[in-house]
Amino acid sequence: MITFDFEKPLVEHEKKIAELRAYAKEAHIDVSPELASLERKRDQLCAEIYANLTPYQKVLVARHPNRPYTLDYVRLMCQDFLELHGDRRFADDLAMVGGFATIAGRRIVLIGHQKGRDTKENLKRNFGMAHPEGYRKALRLMELADRCRLPIVTFIDTPGAYPGIGAEERGQAEAIAVNLREMIGLGVPIICIVIGEGGSGGALGIGVGNRVLILEHAYYSVISPEGCAAILFHDSSRNQEAANALKLTAQDLLSFGIVEEIIPEPLGGAHRNHEQAAALVKDAILRHLDQLASLSPDQLREQRYQKYRAVGVFTEAQQLLAHPAPS
Amino acid sequence: MSILSRIRRRRPVIPDGLWMKCQSCEEIIYTKTLYEGNKLCPKCGYHYPLSARERIALLCDEGSFVERDAYLIPLDPLQFPEYLDKQEKSRSKTKEYEAVVTGVGRIEGIATAIGVMDFGYIGGTMGSVVGEKVTRLIEHACTERLPLLVVSASGGVRMQESIIGLMQMAKTSAALYRLRQARVPYISLLTNPTTGGTTASYASLGDVNIAEPKALICFAGPRVIKQTIRQELPEGFQTAEFLLEHGLLDMVVPRPELKATIARLLRYLLNLPVAGPEAAA
Ligand SMILES: [Zn+2]
Repeated sequence: MITFDFEKPLVEHEKKIAELRAYAKEAHIDVSPELASLERKRDQLCAEIYANLTPYQKVLVARHPNRPYTLDYVRLMCQDFLELHGDRRFADDLAMVGGFATIAGRRIVLIGHQKGRDTKENLKRNFGMAHPEGYRKALRLMELADRCRLPIVTFIDTPGAYPGIGAEERGQAEAIAVNLREMIGLGVPIICIVIGEGGSGGALGIGVGNRVLILEHAYYSVISPEGCAAILFHDSSRNQEAANALKLTAQDLLSFGIVEEIIPEPLGGAHRNHEQAAALVKDAILRHLDQLASLSPDQLREQRYQKYRAVGVFTEAQQLLAHPAPS
Repeated sequence: MSILSRIRRRRPVIPDGLWMKCQSCEEIIYTKTLYEGNKLCPKCGYHYPLSARERIALLCDEGSFVERDAYLIPLDPLQFPEYLDKQEKSRSKTKEYEAVVTGVGRIEGIATAIGVMDFGYIGGTMGSVVGEKVTRLIEHACTERLPLLVVSASGGVRMQESIIGLMQMAKTSAALYRLRQARVPYISLLTNPTTGGTTASYASLGDVNIAEPKALICFAGPRVIKQTIRQELPEGFQTAEFLLEHGLLDMVVPRPELKATIARLLRYLLNLPVAGPEAAA
């Protein structure tokens, strides 16, 4: 598994544990007390490192190639999943998946960005960057959910909507805009979960919900730290500063009231334990489904509208203040 | 072309001299002609950018525009480097408090809720104030049943407000959902340039989408796309004409015909008594 520079003490510690195990095996002696103590220390170290990640380190964790993706959660969380394909207009975008799912006996429509784990799969999944047809497929499935009165759960995990010629020709902007407008009007509960990368408009395109939740080490931003650094400092290597400035961590988002809840990750990040990550996500979904179950379609629409209506930080000056009249 | 002349080409047109070189056709034009007209090159018809106030003067019946929410002022919720400084500079440059001017005006006598973005203010980017003013305008159009016209000129969501700026896309689009439910018509006019999150929210959601000739309209900018796909972009890619050809716009309308065209559309959208060309038997 890929490890990060900031995990160096952890990696070294794990080497120690492995050495001790090998030695014990060879020498046929019992080292279980020592081993237990070393493992306790490793867990402590791991917890410490992950509790103190910088914003940019979190971005790296959110992009870890072993991080569970949408279909991993589906496999681990759902007792049934029936995938549906295509936008009925142009193609089936494999960077966006969706279908009927059953989770703890409850039926939902589940939609999410899908990344690939290797080069071949990433070619197919376009690194989780959807084209307009992905957003249109998502909307088609959400409208289907609305007609079937099934709650909608979306998993957000994309570097961004794909910036390419075909995407522009087929109206990437229009596809996202229509989703933003139409998701407000759906009469079923919508729970959106940022599981990895929340890349700007491409994330928001399936991200308008009654609840927006985010994993502990996921991020959500208007621009990537690299892109921001290039614009702000004319230097794409100053991505740490850019990540700090963008306030893109789960903890920042909670403080702004953009997300309702941070879903904790397993010790050392979701990539270290898919099963536990899925269990934590599943628990959050069920809890929020319960909370929203009593709301009528109109109440759901109203709650969603007011949630977004309230976002914005500004002041309203007194009329007495000199207005800068056009010269 | 030498590097120097290329740089000169890129340099913004400074209208203090009597004569200037057109950005597009490079002909020498009399500055006064440009500024007394609709800022069109008299030689090639190139559309120079209009400020929000100039656009309002172009589209609204004289003296009919009454501004709303003029005193909404941006803050710095993220304490983003140099943001307050940028606000101050843009304010003194444009004499505007923010990147959109909203209000109610008349277009050939038809009362219309109008929002006009000003590219001069931090590249016409959408932060909290733009999102709030546009949303309030849409809500006003909805309750007063006034047709809505939004003129976009925008670099997208304002980076300095990151996630809070991004959410303005959802906020404005949510208000448009209600406007649509109320069957109040909305015309979106996209001008050079309209990009990013602005295109991916209200600018694309008109019942009728109009653009000015040759305007750059896109989601991802040409530079980003070129970096991603590592190949040259086709000629005329992401221009208004390109979008028209790909079914994303209803029409491309030159500036001198804009007001009459919008008024004609409004009469159809509102089912008002005929006037002008559609009155002719
Ligand atoms: Zn010219």
